[in-house]
Amino acid sequence: MTAQQVLDAGFLDARARLLEVAALLDRVDRTHNAAEGRADFRYRALVQALQILTTATEDRAKALLVCWSDPTQEPRPSAIGLKAAVGAWDGVRP
Amino acid sequence: MRIIEPHIHMVSRTTDDYRAMAIAGIHTVTEPAFWAGFDRGSASGFRDYFHQLTVAEPARAARYGIRHYCWICLNPKEAEDLRLADDVLQIIPDYLDRPTVLGVGEIGLNKNSRNELSVLERQIAIAADHNQLILVHTPHLEDKRKGTRLIMDAIRNERRIDPGRVVIDHGEEHTVGEILDRGFWVGLTLYPTSKCSPERAVDLLEIHGMNRIWLNSAADWGVSDPLATLKAAEEMRRRGHPQSAIDKVFYDNPRTFLSQCPKFAA
Repeated sequence: MTAQQVLDAGFLDARARLLEVAALLDRVDRTHNAAEGRADFRYRALVQALQILTTATEDRAKALLVCWSDPTQEPRPSAIGLKAAVGAWDGVRP
Repeated sequence: MRIIEPHIHMVSRTTDDYRAMAIAGIHTVTEPAFWAGFDRGSASGFRDYFHQLTVAEPARAARYGIRHYCWICLNPKEAEDLRLADDVLQIIPDYLDRPTVLGVGEIGLNKNSRNELSVLERQIAIAADHNQLILVHTPHLEDKRKGTRLIMDAIRNERRIDPGRVVIDHGEEHTVGEILDRGFWVGLTLYPTSKCSPERAVDLLEIHGMNRIWLNSAADWGVSDPLATLKAAEEMRRRGHPQSAIDKVFYDNPRTFLSQCPKFAA
């Protein structure tokens, strides 16, 4: 496929998804406790991902997944009481 | 078009799904043992589940001309309870000789805990003891990269296991390269939000090539699509991949891996 064909097929969908990210961040910012929202690891994960998108020149999908991953190497002491994965590492869970 | 669906949880699907899959050309499925959506209280619950996988489900599939195979194990989400794990691991060998059981799976990790890892190592040993194929579940989302590495290390520590007889499933952009580099097969799972879209899965095929890789729906009781493989095949077709490449990914590759178990026929 040519670059033009790839953009023809995917641009509108990607544009819509990017707008959803912007709108979600705006929605958090409009809440009465926006400061808490902006400190939440998920908000920060999205902002960090946007920064990666503006600087990376290749392997962007991989870079986002790595950015959101638990970077530690040792097994957790226990899984008891842990909630399901949410999509980004909170940086504090054992 | 012929498709082998190598990872799907038909116990959670309706008979309508079997019909739709048969009409679409999916005439062979393999079903790993997994978490039922709740933690079972005893090994007797697993005996009933393994009976369902090895007797009831093949009969239900056969009504639609679909061959149903399965994998037996204790899934990682219920592996934190070591007393339950002891009981379930004792009964697993009773089922490995059944005619439609292809191997041990889907074993792996869920939250990357020590108990999960301990139970994983014991199930890898069971697979080695009984010369079984292995199908691996990798953790979700932020736990995937670390868990995939822990799992690969555990398998490579068992010298009797040939990585070419192990498929590590639910790969994504940050794990596929490492899985292939270490000699394993890799599975890509097509899920609406939490795993690969058809477009990303085909990107991965184009980046990493079409050897030692399969695609699956892993459809279960959650938001999932038993016809997802067809959508990825259509994405390949739309991008101009030849029919021979599509057949390789959706039929030849899973058949090659699964045929390492002499009980498998497609």
